[in-house]
Amino acid sequence: MQTQELARGFVDPVFAAQGVFRAAMWALSRPGRPQELATDLIPPAPLSPEAAALALALCDYETPVFLDAALAAERAVGDFLRFHTGAPIVAEPGQARFAFISNPLNMLEFSEFSQGIPEFPDASVTLILQVASFVDHGFTLEGPGIKGRLGFGAAPLPEHFAARMAANRTLFPRGIDLLLAGAGQVAGLPRSVAVKEG
Amino acid sequence: MTSQHTGEMPAISYNFAYLDEQTKRMIRRAILKAIAIPGYQVPFAAREMPMPYGWGTGGVQVTAAVLGPDDVLKVIDQGADDTTNAVAIRGFFEKTAGVATTTATTEATLIQTRHRIPETKLSENQILVYQVPIPEPLRFLEPRETETRQLHALEEYGLMHVKLYEDIARHGHIATTYAYPVEVAGRYVMDPSPIPKFDNPKMDDCPALQLFGAGREKRIYAIPPYTTVRSLDFEDHPFKVQRFAKPCALCAATGVYLDEVILDDRGGRMFVCSDTDYCNARQAEGHRGEMAAPVSSSGGAVLPHPTPLPHGEREQGDAPSLTLTARGAPEGAGEGPFGAEIAS
Ligand SMILES: [Zn+2]
Repeated sequence: MQTQELARGFVDPVFAAQGVFRAAMWALSRPGRPQELATDLIPPAPLSPEAAALALALCDYETPVFLDAALAAERAVGDFLRFHTGAPIVAEPGQARFAFISNPLNMLEFSEFSQGIPEFPDASVTLILQVASFVDHGFTLEGPGIKGRLGFGAAPLPEHFAARMAANRTLFPRGIDLLLAGAGQVAGLPRSVAVKEG
Repeated sequence: MTSQHTGEMPAISYNFAYLDEQTKRMIRRAILKAIAIPGYQVPFAAREMPMPYGWGTGGVQVTAAVLGPDDVLKVIDQGADDTTNAVAIRGFFEKTAGVATTTATTEATLIQTRHRIPETKLSENQILVYQVPIPEPLRFLEPRETETRQLHALEEYGLMHVKLYEDIARHGHIATTYAYPVEVAGRYVMDPSPIPKFDNPKMDDCPALQLFGAGREKRIYAIPPYTTVRSLDFEDHPFKVQRFAKPCALCAATGVYLDEVILDDRGGRMFVCSDTDYCNARQAEGHRGEMAAPVSSSGGAVLPHPTPLPHGEREQGDAPSLTLTARGAPEGAGEGPFGAEIAS
């Protein structure tokens, strides 16, 4: 196998990071409303450009990163993230502050990840799930950031997704937060959101 | 003036919005968790800023982490865009980020504020950043940080209710008029910063994102859009906002927060909008209060907003130097000749 050249990072790191952060900020402020996330990154597969952009904007040496099996299997993915963010890649999901999931269908249980402690519920993971598409139905969302109710769906999602999110909601203020990275978009499902089937 | 447009090399080159990228990332992560846990105070490693703490370094750091080149920034202090504190912070971001600034609430994408929420209803695409001197609502009741963390974790807010009830026992009503505690999304009790309780209802179900930064105590907290924010009260003593006996003397607005302005040394005074942008806009639309100049045939120039005299505002740990130029606002319920609170 040939030595691959390391894929480049943001062309304009300051403004790219700011723009990606703002997309993530509005995504978590408006649960279930996909926000535009434009990026020119070409990361090694199966890491998606949008997930890579979130990593470069939010991760650094202070944030241990967990990769799911498909991402961890590609050495270039870990090299790319380590080089551009300085984040340590950890094998133990419970140690991660960010976890990148390229294959949500068979992802770990939420309880495998750090959910914070009662005095510091913020000391919890943010899961970044790579999805292919968003729709406005399948689940009904309620909670802070949502005026009334909102229909939302994405694919692929882990099975028993509503039950997982309901269990996560019962832990509040502990819990995990989700950013769903789709093509040119990011949607947020913070722990505060109530997700129901239908 | 921005260094970008002078065509010369600036004397000092800044990181965009002053902070280094690592610090911005750390603050941004804190902001994301703050949004996910409405009303919870996220600790962050605050940086030294080139201004004293009382000047809103927490708010400045939040703004610096959020701000982008396309933002339009408005900075207000006690409702006014032209006070020393507001001018200094606006100038800081003009210089370090080159962003466009405005005094018009409707044109701003990001509004940094000290002590007020604008009268104009905020919209979905706006961010309101509050400067916070003391973020912990339980601090005056329990000085130990480990204890207040426990109380929040257990949702044990009995102390706060006892304090408010003592007010009722002593004064016949809840005497707290500033930094009046709120419950956010049915869970955390939060200090809304020293805004008048008049502004508390504006936080409830607000379409804008509200972010709070405390520099000295290194805390960031948030209220997402469309979130329930309830001012603490009792069934027999429901929460009430201050009311003013007369409309604004310049624009005739009612249902807004008014400042007292001393007109002369013979006791002459008038009450005008604390929110100068709101007042100026109303005057430009032709609204005239009892002290306003008559409408001219040409459509009427806006009366320059007078600067109220300072009157010894309690600073709640904020920089005392700011009292020299800060616009005053009534402090205690029913104090002095201010618009009296309608007592039940
Ligand atoms: Zn007015």
